[in-house]
Amino acid sequence: MRYSAFNLFKQALRGHRGWSRAWRAPTPAKQYDVIIIGGGGHGLATAYYLAKNHQVGRIAVLEKGWIGGGNTGRNTTIVRSNYMIGSNVDFYEWSMKLWEGLSQDLNFNVMLSQRGQFNLLHSDAQVDAARRRGNVMRAHGIDAELLDAQTVQKALPQLDYRDSARFPIYGALYQGRAGTARHDAVAWGYARAADQLGVDIIQNCEVSGFEFSGERVVGVKTNLGVIGAGRIGVAVAGNSGRLAQMAGFDLPIESHILQAFVSESIKPCLDHVVGFGAAHLYISQSDKGGLVFGGDLDGYNSYAQRGNLPVLRDVLSAAVALMPQVSRLRLLRHWGGVMDMTMDGSPIIGPTPIDGLYLNGGWCYGGFKATPASGWCFAHSLAYGGHHELATGFTLERFSQGLTLDEKGMGPRPWAH
Amino acid sequence: MRIKCPYCGERDLGEFAYGGDATEPRPDESDWDTERWVKYVFSRKNPRGWHQEYWQHVHGCRAWLCVTRNTATHEVAKVELPNGR
Repeated sequence: MRYSAFNLFKQALRGHRGWSRAWRAPTPAKQYDVIIIGGGGHGLATAYYLAKNHQVGRIAVLEKGWIGGGNTGRNTTIVRSNYMIGSNVDFYEWSMKLWEGLSQDLNFNVMLSQRGQFNLLHSDAQVDAARRRGNVMRAHGIDAELLDAQTVQKALPQLDYRDSARFPIYGALYQGRAGTARHDAVAWGYARAADQLGVDIIQNCEVSGFEFSGERVVGVKTNLGVIGAGRIGVAVAGNSGRLAQMAGFDLPIESHILQAFVSESIKPCLDHVVGFGAAHLYISQSDKGGLVFGGDLDGYNSYAQRGNLPVLRDVLSAAVALMPQVSRLRLLRHWGGVMDMTMDGSPIIGPTPIDGLYLNGGWCYGGFKATPASGWCFAHSLAYGGHHELATGFTLERFSQGLTLDEKGMGPRPWAH
Repeated sequence: MRIKCPYCGERDLGEFAYGGDATEPRPDESDWDTERWVKYVFSRKNPRGWHQEYWQHVHGCRAWLCVTRNTATHEVAKVELPNGR
């Protein structure tokens, strides 16, 4: 059933008893043309664009838990496209463009709020680097503005502009089209839209291994039995390493923990997304009123989905340094998500060394904003093999070829990206 | 999470810096084989469970340690000096 003002009105008159399920709960078939492992935003977006843009036959999405229960529901919901190296630039901008039409395309309100993102600058060197980044963005048709401190202060009066501030604010690189989106709605919207195009979404179905015929992968072993597949796509960022081990190869990826935080709800006080340039902190205010923020990785390999206190203290002190008034807020909750950290901080989308097996992973902590373009490009790989033209840089071979995409210039230390 | 430094005793995580996977041995400097270096620099087993890794006690004795830690539970089983010293 289409979601519209008319249908809302019609259902309201009938006591809202006529709404149908947003997606079916099918029993898995014996064989599919394409199986996508992982029912998060990326897996569901892949299934949706595969069904919509390409003719590949029957498609299934296997999810070990429930839709949107993994990293899709564990991020700080920020959407932006301020990248400047190789494939990153146009790829994230295409994602931004898909975000802009996503609610209409999916007939599901993903609550995209293009409230603008300020990346604060705290030294002359940072201003120079931001000018370069902004110019690269503008040369690619992406909106970017370099703002001075007075302009920033007008838009964000709540930050610490005193001369005694530990990190004085010199200005900001501003992207007006950046913002936030409702993360659960993204998973639900893609699931519902993919289901309507005939994709089987199978929840509580955990993959425990692969079936091979010679060198080629031909199916997956799951708790619901063996399911055959022509091609298999892995979109399980956070756990890509485990799936790769099941298939018998190593990845240039470590799994790390990233914590995020929500304060108690307060009246509207922060209209934009703000990135602190001196310490690692990004903060915005949710529609419910809580300040949503995050910072650095904990910095050690972990699959635990919970972090430790040193990083919590670190992130909170950065928040207080930036916006002193938050020191009196109470923290409502905090959680950890497991990140696929690649050796250069950029993702991997495309074929693997195993015939028939494709990988979408290594999202570090940029996965949420990439959801639409990631699905778009991965669907292309699954339909035709190889790489989509926007993702030619996101190969698995780039590490051995010396073609790493190291946006932050950190080298092969995944916990530092 | 706490790590028991062989010199300083059990200390809070905040005193330590992570040094990464300790299972892949560094190829010899005279080894020019690209594949072996790529494997050492980039490839990881990335296990869910027991993991051997380097930590440095930066806010203590500054010793490098080899720690066996569970990546699913954060439990630390063993702390040694590297190279069995």
